[in-house]
Amino acid sequence: MDDAFDFAGQTLHLMASGGLWWPAAATLFVADLHLEKASHFAAKGWLLPPHASGETLAALIDAVEATGATRVVCLGDSFHDEGGPDRLLPEARRALGLMTRGLDWWWITGNHDDDAAAALGGQVHAEARLGPFVLRHEADPADPGPELSGHFHPKLVVRHRGRQISRRCLAMGPAKLILPAFGTFTGGLEVADPAIRAALAGPCTALVRDGGRLLRFPVG
Amino acid sequence: MELPSIPLPAVIADWFAARGWQVRDHQLAILEAAAHGRHALLTAPTGAGKTLAGFLPTLAELATAPHDGLHTLYISPLKALAVDVQRNLLTPIAEMRLPIAVETRTGDTPSDRKARQKARPPQILLTTPESLAILLSAPEAAGMMAGVKRVIVDEIHAFGTTKRGDQLSLCLARLQRLAPQLQRVGLSATIADPESWAGWLAPDADASQVEIVAARAGADPEIDILVIDDRIPWGGHNGRWAARAVMRRIEAARLAIVFVNTRAVAELVFRDLWAENDQSLPIGIHHGSLAPEARRKVEAAMAAGRLRAIVATASLDLGLDWGDVDLVIQMGAPKGASRLLQRTGRANHRMDEASHCLIVPGNRFEYLEALAARDAVAAGELDPDGFRPGALDVLAQHVVGIVASAPAYPDALYEEVRSASPYAGLTRAAFDRVLDYAATGGYALKAYERYQRLVAGNDGQLRLRTPALARQWRMNSGTIVEAVAMNVVFGSGKSSRHGRKLGQVEEYFAGQLRAGDSFMFAGQVLEVTGFEGADIHVRLGRGTPKVPVYAGGRMPMTTRLAARVRGLMNAPDRWAAMPDDVREWLEIQARVSRLPGLDDVLVETFARDDRWYMIVYGFAGHPAHQTLGMLVTQRMERAGLKPLGFVASDYAMACWSLDPVDDPRPLFDPDVLEDELAEWLAASPFLRRAFREVAIIGGLIERTQPGVVKSGKAMSVSADLIYDVLRKHEPDHLLLGAAWTDARGKLTDIDRLASLLEQAHARMTHVRTAHVSPLAVPSLLTIGRERVGAEADSALLAEAEALIAEALRVD
Repeated sequence: MDDAFDFAGQTLHLMASGGLWWPAAATLFVADLHLEKASHFAAKGWLLPPHASGETLAALIDAVEATGATRVVCLGDSFHDEGGPDRLLPEARRALGLMTRGLDWWWITGNHDDDAAAALGGQVHAEARLGPFVLRHEADPADPGPELSGHFHPKLVVRHRGRQISRRCLAMGPAKLILPAFGTFTGGLEVADPAIRAALAGPCTALVRDGGRLLRFPVG
Repeated sequence: MELPSIPLPAVIADWFAARGWQVRDHQLAILEAAAHGRHALLTAPTGAGKTLAGFLPTLAELATAPHDGLHTLYISPLKALAVDVQRNLLTPIAEMRLPIAVETRTGDTPSDRKARQKARPPQILLTTPESLAILLSAPEAAGMMAGVKRVIVDEIHAFGTTKRGDQLSLCLARLQRLAPQLQRVGLSATIADPESWAGWLAPDADASQVEIVAARAGADPEIDILVIDDRIPWGGHNGRWAARAVMRRIEAARLAIVFVNTRAVAELVFRDLWAENDQSLPIGIHHGSLAPEARRKVEAAMAAGRLRAIVATASLDLGLDWGDVDLVIQMGAPKGASRLLQRTGRANHRMDEASHCLIVPGNRFEYLEALAARDAVAAGELDPDGFRPGALDVLAQHVVGIVASAPAYPDALYEEVRSASPYAGLTRAAFDRVLDYAATGGYALKAYERYQRLVAGNDGQLRLRTPALARQWRMNSGTIVEAVAMNVVFGSGKSSRHGRKLGQVEEYFAGQLRAGDSFMFAGQVLEVTGFEGADIHVRLGRGTPKVPVYAGGRMPMTTRLAARVRGLMNAPDRWAAMPDDVREWLEIQARVSRLPGLDDVLVETFARDDRWYMIVYGFAGHPAHQTLGMLVTQRMERAGLKPLGFVASDYAMACWSLDPVDDPRPLFDPDVLEDELAEWLAASPFLRRAFREVAIIGGLIERTQPGVVKSGKAMSVSADLIYDVLRKHEPDHLLLGAAWTDARGKLTDIDRLASLLEQAHARMTHVRTAHVSPLAVPSLLTIGRERVGAEADSALLAEAEALIAEALRVD
């Protein structure tokens, strides 16, 4: 596989879906699923398509099956709001329950969600530690790391030959990784944004998975 | 002319007499139509007292019998126009001492005045379609509108075939329901087909209910084409080559409007003119991306006679009586006879004097087009308007607004909607789908029962689920969707509150700017000093500026004008009067290749620099040729001809490949057009762009405020993500259908492409030329300027990575 890179002495794989696979610990990291974002808007009168949660969960199931992960860590904002778990459609609830019960499932809480997801199974943490990594939703510039987080939904925007190409990306600093958003209905923040640079506490490289390859873009 | 059955009240007759004016025939005819209780459509050239004619019945009625409450609504396409008419209407009313209150109501009207207008309406209210729709969504609408006698739609030709026209037509249907006695009056510039417009205006599309009144034609306009020393350039399409000569014409005129075809060209031409402006004459610039305050300032300067020229886009097309314009200059080809006539009419508002227009052709095709437009105007041949069925996203918006005003029975709503002419053919099934979409989003997966926007009560009437939805609707209603934009703010202040807003540039362009870059805007070179949220802070700059790019905005040459251009090419007796450059261009073309016929499709192929070129002279307009380019290169790819690219103009499409096209005919097969286009269009940016618009109009997503996306605070979900999900899970969704309709219309002009393919199939002339032909040169000159078309994003991404890697290599 050409999608591997080394970080903090570990070999990690960036998946096309935006998940991060750590074979040595059989762990799959995903960030910012924003499940039930559409129904959150629907309650306010914006009737977005109700298919996004199903899409996101299908991609998550695919990632688990493709990797054979035994542990899944969701790095926060797994639901778009606290009421999200209650609004899951029955089929989605069943699919998610199968995973949370069959796997070692960790929910890290974010700024959108709280511990309500615990009702669906799995363990809930505000922050956690796994191997060399600190896991939290939003990067803490004061923590020297190594650290894995989400929150910013980094995306790379390349302007080349008159075209503008925008892709979700992983933002890598000297000791921190910020994962792309995994959810279907999640926009992005350009990886060059000062907010991401500040969070990484150092120079940033954007990693983009394109087909089978991993492309690296120094952002500065 | 018969005398009107109600005589003009003495106070009005005296007022005319005091000014030495006579009531004109068409003004009397409008009075008579009103006296007979008929709707009316008045077509008149500028300067014919059109607006006053529209109001005359109202003034007569109110002078005779005072009316409590709203009597007449006046609908204008421009906010500024409503202000202007207020001026022209208030003066006569004041001078006649009539007890008539006239007020405006637009998006700029303060909310306390809006509330007061609902409680105590004036007799005459001047407004826009958008503000009317919002007014009709209010619970007070029924009471306020019940006594309305007349609605006057000004510049009706600016509405009819657009989504704004759909919205207005639906609002007229609503008004007629609330006020059955309502008389509709349409005012229009000279149009090709008044009968069709009468049908558009009438309830139930019944043109027989409308009295069509045509004012006497004004003096014929004098249209010249600028030619210097018998030279016309090979390429270019803005007429910028002639800046010096144009400046000399401006110096000789009192006040000139210099019309250009796009906002970007406005900036360029403005700069060119200043470079030649030896006398430092005051020249202004006016286009749709400038801040409203900036536009009002230029308009006021023009009206006050402080300007000698103004460079303007279509933003100035409509009929404000601004100042004493005596010359209109059209930079580049006019694209249509109706448009040329309307623009020419901006010069000289006195109908008995000829207005003067100077066309500056950009290249030799455009010279022919200018000549063709002049011929068409002289022959009175205007361009017909393409009426089409009403848009369903607009209807979805409208029904929510109506339900917001009062509970509604679906059956009654359906009948009301069908009385709006664009929706006359709407089936009940289609209407029910729109209702279902408006209520629940229209998804196969019934997940949103509890979030329904429209709920049916026990009585069968539809109501809003919560009153909060009415406010949300008002914030997002309207049919004009601007590209996501950022504000251009002049001034060094840390906050935009301290700066002066100059206008907006599209986010796509803004995204390419960095601090220190300079760009042309509002006639100045501006340097970026920084970004803050939705604002780009700028100061005066210098150097080589970028030119902002704006999506769309370019009109294709009309079909009738295209036919006339072909006609000129096939009329050698006309060539003698043409500049030497153009005559030789045509003569040599006839020798080395052939001239396009009256109704064939000429295709030339030739080799040059290891590449094979194919030029198709379709005369079908830029959008259709662009779509043709996509289609033909796709087919060439499948045929293994290794196409490399294409360019399109209004006249021709040129493509090039590594292998030659021996027989072009199969490439133009019309049979599988629909399937291939569906496939291509689905992947193209056109459909995505169209989808964003219908999703906003249809109330699926919020209107984006400037800069919100940039600052990462977007509350909504991007239209692109929704589009992808719908395509996958709900391919038959109402909004995808609406987007498809829009994309195949104005963006890709598929109907015109289809007839071009039929034409090519039946009558193609294929010429293998030894080298590039004279007619092919303008197309080849544009090669290299086009964007990369078909290349996959992946390849570009990989290439970008390689470039960066190379640049960073230190070994």
